[in-house]
Amino acid sequence: MAMKELLTKYTRMDKLPHIWCPGCGHGIILGSVIRAIDRQKLDPGKTSVISGIGCSGRAPGYMKFDTLHTTHGRALAFATGVKLARPELNVIVLTGDGDCAAIGGNHLIHAARRNIDLTTVVFNNYIYGMTSGQYSPLTPHMKLATTAPYGNIDQSFDLCNLVTAAGGTYVARGTVYHTQMLIGLIAEGIAHKGFSFIEVITHCPTYYGRRNRMGDAVDMMNWQKEHAVPVKAAAKLPPEKLEGKFVIGELHRSEGPEYTEEYQRIIDRLERE
Amino acid sequence: MGKNEIEAVLMSGNEACVEGALLAGINFFAGYPITPSTEIAEGLAERLPRVGGKFIQMEDEIASMAAVAGASLTGAKAMTATSGPGFSLKQENIGFAAATEIPCVVVNVQRFGPSTGLPTSPSQADIMQARWGTHGDHPAIALMPASVQESLTLTITAFNLAEEFRTPVILLMDEIIGHMREGIVIPRKGEYVIKNRAKPTVSPKEYLPYGAEPDGVPPMANFGDGYRYHVTGLIHDETGFPRGRGSDGDYLVRRLVNKVMSRLDQILMVEEVEMEDARLALVACGPVARSAKRALILAREQGIKVGLVRPITIWPFPEEAIKAAAQKVDAIIVPELNLGQIALEVERNACGNATVHRLNRVDAELITPDEILAKIQEVK
Ligand SMILES: Cc1ncc(C[n+]2csc(CCOP(=O)(O)OP(=O)(O)O)c2C)c(N)n1
Repeated sequence: MAMKELLTKYTRMDKLPHIWCPGCGHGIILGSVIRAIDRQKLDPGKTSVISGIGCSGRAPGYMKFDTLHTTHGRALAFATGVKLARPELNVIVLTGDGDCAAIGGNHLIHAARRNIDLTTVVFNNYIYGMTSGQYSPLTPHMKLATTAPYGNIDQSFDLCNLVTAAGGTYVARGTVYHTQMLIGLIAEGIAHKGFSFIEVITHCPTYYGRRNRMGDAVDMMNWQKEHAVPVKAAAKLPPEKLEGKFVIGELHRSEGPEYTEEYQRIIDRLERE
Repeated sequence: MGKNEIEAVLMSGNEACVEGALLAGINFFAGYPITPSTEIAEGLAERLPRVGGKFIQMEDEIASMAAVAGASLTGAKAMTATSGPGFSLKQENIGFAAATEIPCVVVNVQRFGPSTGLPTSPSQADIMQARWGTHGDHPAIALMPASVQESLTLTITAFNLAEEFRTPVILLMDEIIGHMREGIVIPRKGEYVIKNRAKPTVSPKEYLPYGAEPDGVPPMANFGDGYRYHVTGLIHDETGFPRGRGSDGDYLVRRLVNKVMSRLDQILMVEEVEMEDARLALVACGPVARSAKRALILAREQGIKVGLVRPITIWPFPEEAIKAAAQKVDAIIVPELNLGQIALEVERNACGNATVHRLNRVDAELITPDEILAKIQEVK
């Protein structure tokens, strides 16, 4: 679909301009989600897009679906209610690295464990953008943040590994630099029945880039290009060659009973009895 | 049993709450186990799938409250139940539901606090929390049952008020009513009223999800019905989208509060006993009102003219009933299972027309009729 058609079909043009800073990567993720929705031909009237609080949390406001901007960290819990109450809806969750890994970390683990059919897209800019640059659980060790003025002594963690271990059945990582791949990964996540999780590496030139002297938005996207290793290439590399890099592509896929279908089976069984 | 005979069944307040929710048409429950409310979750885990409804045990109370709000947005009649610490955890999302006008029922079977407190002991110390537990100005509706029967009927009422006013409604039970067993009558179809939220009558193009008179309740579309609208906890205008001006906040906050405060006649329920000739009034709620009723009888046997005002709706507070009582009597006694919360409202509304006397217990025991009688004799 041509850009203009896409925009009028799926976005609330009257809500523009958006609130994001010049150079922010969040808009690229928004565009990729819309293209993935279009590729999967989802019925816009049967699709809910749900977010938490943060710069990322503002994305659904620009999207022409039923959209729900919830409380900080709780998007997956609200989405669980929407999906379980009305399983025929497509439910997409847009969340930030702080929203989903810190305050919402527990909900992430349990949504993955239930394998409930939600597609979760994490806008990972390695920082708390909305609140002006505090460290998140994904801020790398010794990077600077307003609350880590001497370097971040926290250890960051790998959300994709976490979701895989917790029971998510589709796990992928992309970047806003590799846009075509990203659209494909999100589209696959939407098509997958079960809990789908796509971590997207994006950039916050305003708070993360500036403080850590990573240059402007273009420099930060170049950083993504240079540090991303496609999953096939990564498989052939020894671990030391992957030091400081991150793997992109489809990282995990498995089959498992989906939560709302399991519940329906109980309803059906009781009805027969 | 004959056709017209009434069938009484023995059950606890928590079980009666389950029955009431089912009669009200509940089709979604999310919760997290906590004493003394757990029987409500257990009951609905068993019963809901049998009527095609959904039950889920979430990872905590924050998530339960969130799931309930999400489910309600799709059109479900949704409820959660909790106690003490769990009620504290739900507060942020109760505020979200109030701000975004999502109908839902929150049962709080009060237990002894603060903190973990005495988990299996009764209390009435969450009265102010039920009003002001979430941050910011917001509407609050809370009901306090005094019997197992009332646990059932007020659960139905709670759903009806939530649907009518598009706001969370709190059923403020307590450990005594929750665990006490009494014979109750389950009403038959036609013996109770069921209300459902107003749906939009316009096309999605014309729909204003938050469009209402300054004290009105907007019609609510289901997620998934093609309206494609936006819901946010940010201050929003009638379109549902964020608006950052102070005047938008002023308009929304006032409307949220006024939609409730302008229709008190539909919300306030107060029981009055022998207030006609009373010189002294007792103001008591929940199980304490039962002790008060007994004390009233004992006092009248001694020739002391005592009456009782029992707020069934505790929020909004039945101010007029208390004002009228204070004008009639010389003294008011407020027995309650806390260090004085209902008393604050009674003192405020007595306006100096009657003296207000507190009677408080925080030792995990119900206030007895004798204690209330002694207080009556002391202040009469
Ligand atoms: C309960 C609660 N705690 C804290 C906040 C403040 N807050 C708003 S957004 C945010 C962090 C958002 O960071 P992230 O999820 O990484 O998203 P980004 O803004 O970077 O897109 C915080 C801490 C809040 N709104 N609610």
